[in-house]
Amino acid sequence: MYAQGTESLIKQAREINDEELVKFYGRISKLLLNKDYGNETVDSLQRLHLIVSATKYGRRLPSDLLEKLQALLCSPGSSEQLQVLSSSILREGLPLSVAKLPIKDLQDSRTTSYVASVILAQAKSKAELAELSHHLLKAVEIRQPDVQVCRHTLPILSAAIRSSPDVLMEDHVNLVNRKLVDWLRYASNQQGASMSTGGFFMGPRARQPAPMNEVDGAVAGDFFTVLCVGQSYTEDQWMNMYAFSMLRKWLRTYDIEENSGSGAAQVNRVQFTQPFSDDRSEVDGSVMSMVSATSSSSRLLPPKERLREKAFEYCQRLVEQSDRKAVKKADTELQKACLVEAVTIMNIICKEDPSFVYRAFPCIKALYSRLSGDLAFSRVLLPIAQFYLNHSETAAVDSEAVFRQLFSSFPAELFNEPMLAFEFVQFCRTNMAVLQESMPLYGQSFPNLLKFLAWNSPALVSEYMELLPSLLAPSTAIELLHSLLDLPCLAAVLDLQLRSASYAASEKTLWDSGGSKAPSSLDAFRQPHYRGMFLYILRPEAGTGDTIDRLRMLHDILADMVESPRVVQCAQTVPVLLHVYFHTVAQFADDKLINQLVLVLLERSSLLMDIKNYQTEVQRVFSSHLLALCKLHPSLIMEQSRELLDMAGSTINIYQKEELYTHVVWAIGEYLSLSHDARCTVEHITSSFETLEAVLFEITQVRQSASAPRFSPRLVTVLMTTLAKLASRSQDLIPRVSLFLSKMHSFTCSAPVVACYSEEDREAIVTRAHELVNLLKLPNVAQFVLTPSASGDTPRWHRDTNASLPFAMRALSGLLPKHNTFLTG
Amino acid sequence: MVKCFLIHTLCPVSTLSAKESRILYCRVFEPMDQLSGMNTDIIPEEKRLLEKEKLATIARQVQSTCSLWREARGQPSVEPVLGEEARALEEADSGMLRLPVGDPFPEEHFLLWLGVHALGFSMVCQADDNLLLAEGTLRSLASHCLESLRLLAPGSEVLLKSDRIEALLHHLVPHGQLLFINHRFAQSLDKELTACMAK
Repeated sequence: MYAQGTESLIKQAREINDEELVKFYGRISKLLLNKDYGNETVDSLQRLHLIVSATKYGRRLPSDLLEKLQALLCSPGSSEQLQVLSSSILREGLPLSVAKLPIKDLQDSRTTSYVASVILAQAKSKAELAELSHHLLKAVEIRQPDVQVCRHTLPILSAAIRSSPDVLMEDHVNLVNRKLVDWLRYASNQQGASMSTGGFFMGPRARQPAPMNEVDGAVAGDFFTVLCVGQSYTEDQWMNMYAFSMLRKWLRTYDIEENSGSGAAQVNRVQFTQPFSDDRSEVDGSVMSMVSATSSSSRLLPPKERLREKAFEYCQRLVEQSDRKAVKKADTELQKACLVEAVTIMNIICKEDPSFVYRAFPCIKALYSRLSGDLAFSRVLLPIAQFYLNHSETAAVDSEAVFRQLFSSFPAELFNEPMLAFEFVQFCRTNMAVLQESMPLYGQSFPNLLKFLAWNSPALVSEYMELLPSLLAPSTAIELLHSLLDLPCLAAVLDLQLRSASYAASEKTLWDSGGSKAPSSLDAFRQPHYRGMFLYILRPEAGTGDTIDRLRMLHDILADMVESPRVVQCAQTVPVLLHVYFHTVAQFADDKLINQLVLVLLERSSLLMDIKNYQTEVQRVFSSHLLALCKLHPSLIMEQSRELLDMAGSTINIYQKEELYTHVVWAIGEYLSLSHDARCTVEHITSSFETLEAVLFEITQVRQSASAPRFSPRLVTVLMTTLAKLASRSQDLIPRVSLFLSKMHSFTCSAPVVACYSEEDREAIVTRAHELVNLLKLPNVAQFVLTPSASGDTPRWHRDTNASLPFAMRALSGLLPKHNTFLTG
Repeated sequence: MVKCFLIHTLCPVSTLSAKESRILYCRVFEPMDQLSGMNTDIIPEEKRLLEKEKLATIARQVQSTCSLWREARGQPSVEPVLGEEARALEEADSGMLRLPVGDPFPEEHFLLWLGVHALGFSMVCQADDNLLLAEGTLRSLASHCLESLRLLAPGSEVLLKSDRIEALLHHLVPHGQLLFINHRFAQSLDKELTACMAK
């Protein structure tokens, strides 16, 4: 598909030399001067466009060429293709003065639109946009037969106000409000005779035109909307379509209730059953739909409020029209888009004027009942849910059913639809605060909500990083942690679920993982024996248990999926989510929860799916947050001492999870002391000491047959330091540890260690051992250095000389013989 | 409203590094800097350079997201040939991403993408746009581009005949406005387009 020729063409366009370029410009200038608009000109202009747009550095066109291009653009006689080319070149090339474009003289609709595209791209000030808007609206205001209203007036205005809403003055805004009412509500409901029907106010044709149809072929039941079809359209019908297309934006920008001023207008809302006749506000047709019958004329309302009223009616009509079964698929898709837009606009209107809520809800409720069973309309249900969220309280309507469907069934059935998943997640993000505060079902549904993430992690992970704090509650925190750790499992199981649904059971031999005795994951998915496990992973709501006992078995069954790209991608997003989790939970966790979290850390660090790098990355996260948790709740070392020592006492853990192990040992050394927990006794310290001493002894045994150490030097130094710390708190242990440490030298000199560790590392071990031994010769100093008081974390060293470590150190080093070093590592 | 529309590569390009994407066509509807007083002292060349760099980051993002999506999906696709535009579009991968504030635009935007084998069609929309409509519009644009520029065949028409895409955008997404067009409106617009390009 993508050819090498394209690359070389781009290169040529970028590297064309100046001489050739000047010649080329000259040639085009000449062609334009001679008004030669044949194929050669078109070709040259196409190449010129490529030349100016191929480079990101911009090309300055000579002023005479610019002038000719502007003239070409602004001349109504130019063909559309030439206008396209000239406007695109003027947009890309530099520089351009918008002031030179004769906007005021433009009459022709098409030319105006192309010139506007250049102005919108190059305008440097609001004044330039204001001038453009002014010109467009003048034609709208004048209503003369020979003055053509630019068809793209509304899109241009919409683009202009995007840059800054105050481009339009208030009277222009009111003018547009009035015109929008005319176009939306009172457009002709007859088919246009032909495409060439020009002018905005042509009189009725001699032959009776046919009426518009609905999308299912029936005659149109009420006023014209974008869901009406006909052979061709009149100008005001085109404006109807453009008006609806920019209505939402317009209302969001200008339909804002001011507290002062227009408040008085609200009171004068007079209801008439019979509308006044006006050349633009007749009620067409004898067939009346519900909308026209119940509409109020609202002739006395100010333009803004009148637009609101008519916009509301338009939306109601669209909702009605969407119930018809469209003949063409494109129209079915349009119906869905119209529903989304209509409900959203009604939501905006109701926010500005709550009195609309009572009129809107019957319509929205009926729409919901119609669509709730049909998953094809799932994306429409999101704006409906938003409406309920915003207004159900005002109207005292029960929204339970809507949200139950949203949180309980959508994620389970539609997790693999990327567009729905994205919009669903945006819905949650937008309404996060409200959902967290007033909808318990939201927080309870996290197992379901995680399904979107598991299926499409790369696209959704940044959204979930924002959502996760809102899903975290004290009662379900542990279950959520387990769910995050098993996110790759969830991805695998969802994949199995989909595959299982699409392949018949008889084809199961295809999935047999050749020759192995264990069932393949797909087979296992279908077996009743394992059903419970899979059902747990696929559960829609939290609360049935933090995790399952047979997790190891589940991981084993899913072993054939550990290399599936989806599972691997999912596993790569888990560490960052864990970071968010721990940062959030640290803000509200009480001591009990922290203890539970530490237990989960210890337990799950080796109970994870065997995906490449997954265990290592998770352990890294665990290690850093273990320390944070210890800092928050130092007593946890005491309270969980049994589990921690079980972990620290087993050398297998060194080889399987060294990082976490090292941090556990360090934490024990740091926090197992009287200053952090009054319940700490000599027995506790001694038993910890003995456990760690045994481990250090085992791993540093110097034997001829010993293999190279499979642990890093850092582990050795941390163990040594921890033992020294413990010894400093129970001074009977000092001789033992000193003796031990003095043997470290021979450890570092042994052959396997020399082969494995660098010289720096070995020296570091020896130096550390030496320092610790020296330090322990002065037990009181050792205690001071190795067990800083709890208030050491918030040092007042510069203020309180008694607690000042540097001063103490300096004093001591002055008193003691020079050859002792006091560098604490 | 649409902020920009891009056509770019999703396959490795020999003259670029592996993760980069070649932009074959781009149209920006809204100038990059708001007229609210920000960046008024940046000269036009710098402004343009900044704009192009931001578009390049978007194309790269789509490329990486699309390749991850395809990797996860697992099924290798058969390269479509000329004449199979409808099938290519049906089998196309698609997705949506959020572009947060500052990355790369000052306001939050949504990025829709469509991957037709080695070509990507991307559309950046504002945060409060009708995404269902945007998706439909993007597909419609892609379908028109595939047919009128013969994108499934090796050729460079996408570069030399970019005025066709300009005209297409001018009619289907005028000045960035997404349109609620039913099949009849679409037919009328198609007729206008054909008339425009026939000359």
